[in-house]
Amino acid sequence: MAVNRNFRTCPTTGLVFHEPAEKLMRWNAVVAVVALLIGGVLAIGVLLTRWQAVHLLQADLFYQFLTAHGLNMLVFWIIFFEMAILYFASSTLLRCRLATPGMAWVGFWLMVVGALLNNYAVLRGDSSVMFTSYAPMGAHPTFYAGLILFAVGALIACFVFFGTLVIAKAERTYHGSVPLVTFGAITAAIIAVFTIATGAIILIPTLLWSLGLIEHIDSLMYRTIWWGFGHSSQQINVAAHVSVWYAGAAVVFGAKPMSEKVSRTAFLLYIFFLQLASAHHLLADPGLTSNWKIFNTSYAMYLAVLASMVHGLTVPGSIEVAQRQKGFNNGLFEWLRKAPWGNAPFVAVFISIVGFGFLGGISGVMMGTEQLNLIIHNTLYVPGHFHATVVIGTTLAFMGLTYFLIPVLFRRKVAFGNMATWQAYIFGISMSGFSVFMMGAGTLGAPRRHWDISFAGNPFGYEFPATAWLMIALMGIFGVGALVGGAMYLAITVYSVFLGEKIQTPDFATVSAKRGMAPAPQPVAVGATGHGAGVGAWGMVAPGTFVLALVFLTSFVLYYFVNWKYLSTVWPLR
Amino acid sequence: MSAILPPTERVWWKEPLDRVELLWIVIALVWCLIMFFMMPYWHVYGQQNLANEAYKTSPEAFAKKADEVIAKYKVREEGPQKIPVVKPPAGSDVYLVARLWSWQPILELEAGKSYRIHLMSMDWLHGFSLQPENINIEVHPGYDHVLTVTPTAPGKFSIICNEYCGINHHTMISPLYVVK
Repeated sequence: MAVNRNFRTCPTTGLVFHEPAEKLMRWNAVVAVVALLIGGVLAIGVLLTRWQAVHLLQADLFYQFLTAHGLNMLVFWIIFFEMAILYFASSTLLRCRLATPGMAWVGFWLMVVGALLNNYAVLRGDSSVMFTSYAPMGAHPTFYAGLILFAVGALIACFVFFGTLVIAKAERTYHGSVPLVTFGAITAAIIAVFTIATGAIILIPTLLWSLGLIEHIDSLMYRTIWWGFGHSSQQINVAAHVSVWYAGAAVVFGAKPMSEKVSRTAFLLYIFFLQLASAHHLLADPGLTSNWKIFNTSYAMYLAVLASMVHGLTVPGSIEVAQRQKGFNNGLFEWLRKAPWGNAPFVAVFISIVGFGFLGGISGVMMGTEQLNLIIHNTLYVPGHFHATVVIGTTLAFMGLTYFLIPVLFRRKVAFGNMATWQAYIFGISMSGFSVFMMGAGTLGAPRRHWDISFAGNPFGYEFPATAWLMIALMGIFGVGALVGGAMYLAITVYSVFLGEKIQTPDFATVSAKRGMAPAPQPVAVGATGHGAGVGAWGMVAPGTFVLALVFLTSFVLYYFVNWKYLSTVWPLR
Repeated sequence: MSAILPPTERVWWKEPLDRVELLWIVIALVWCLIMFFMMPYWHVYGQQNLANEAYKTSPEAFAKKADEVIAKYKVREEGPQKIPVVKPPAGSDVYLVARLWSWQPILELEAGKSYRIHLMSMDWLHGFSLQPENINIEVHPGYDHVLTVTPTAPGKFSIICNEYCGINHHTMISPLYVVK
């Protein structure tokens, strides 16, 4: 096969794009946004039905909408976008030609066909089985077949990514070690391979069962293995959006990782321990021992939580160091006050870090504590938690990355002036409120995936406390804000990509990957290269971040023991 | 832009750590260990734990045992479906059947007394969610899950289903009475 060596150098960022890789990035990003659009439209129906004051949809439509919303958002939007990130982190960051672009397109089209097939199954109306599709509740065979095709496509893309790493190494397109962001992407891809393999192990027998070829699928076996796929796929997101945080800090501030050693070790901990987390979903299930539950739910000994706490310090810490070196070195927080609060990628990444840590991270540990799970399992607390991790953490970080990539990848200006910045604020803040109030309603017992918690017309009704109803109403209001924010993102992105003002690019700088690299992009003029010598206070380069980290830890500890206190008041159980 | 460039120091793993990172790693690790040991601690000193007692069984066998208990301890019937209410003696085995879309029987328990409640589904997955206590447990078909519970105060409670189980999921609700 003829090797395509067409490269262009982005005139604004100095990034080098291999043309086939660039095209794949663009297509994956566009399809991702289409999935986000579909998921977003479905979210309107879901939200306005759960908001009991509106109660828009009938039960059957509600469950159908909820199923499709979960799949389009959690799977199709995020994974298509992650494929673009994998190609970016390998081909672009390593200035390397993409391995086997043809296979990458096969993977892409398998993913598209799989996504369409799965959506078709749900649209039929006989596959409203939720994202989790717990057997023995069965869906139409095309539901599982679609997911399997999608997974095979994603697996091919992962191997194209690995192949590109091999080529980059062989052709010496970079010196020393891969960049930290690429390292994070490798983490995501390794977790993805594990995840997809687990998905195959459970979805293939389930497909055969739905076709009548297998007699019985055990419900506990299904849940145990399925969550090795379902939870792990969210861990791909964590690795990916943490990489995006580092990339954001690098792009906006020219920030250098505080310590490559620490950040890379933290990613390594993800590879070793994140996979154990399928146990989070099985803490209230029969047939598994407490020893198994405790070891797995805590990722051995919370070693993956440790990794996230490290990233949560090192990303803002590296921003603080970069800012202090630029001269914002007064007091504890001048670096933060003088941050570019009008820069959309920065605002998105910043809210993503804070929301993921304070809302998503802390609540995740609560649910994943064996006994605390008893007062949380399957309540609205659960979707409250994962809207904080997956939407504020992952989606918002990806939105920030989009605003960086539109000029770079599509050569168009981000449309509508400051609207992108406003979008990040509106979406981030609304989603935070939405998650908090959802978790509040869950703490008061309101169930998830439930069409009518008023139990209207039921001889055995139950009335949730008035506070729970208030929380639901507030969730509805903030949810509408989040929908507005999501619509703004779609409007900006679609308009910019198709109709935005073109950035005039000089002809493609075609160079051979082996010889003529474009000149290395220089770090932003201010010397953000040192390790931060001469800045900071108390013998620390990032004292402000340390104070913020202690605030985080304090809220974490307090909230943790508040939940134990709450648990100690419920009926004794053994 | 160096997180997106190869590390400037080729031997990056020998660079010393800054105090801020080292201190935070130590603090975070200690906190992680505290959280880890909190779970075994609660198994020893706490009151709210699942006992890991579960048996594989068939829906027919489970329903038979449930019917025996209903026949023995039925005190009345409730609701348009005439669902039996049972008042079992303290310490006894009680079988709660979850099926599309009902719980059966209705339980009447005494405050301060312990009961061995067996949970199992006849068909799909269901969720045992006791309100307003807010105790939530997954109910599987084929697994008889035994909980020893001790209601603390009298009152009317509700068991709602909180694992999605199809179109009438929201109608799957049952009272549970605790008397003095």
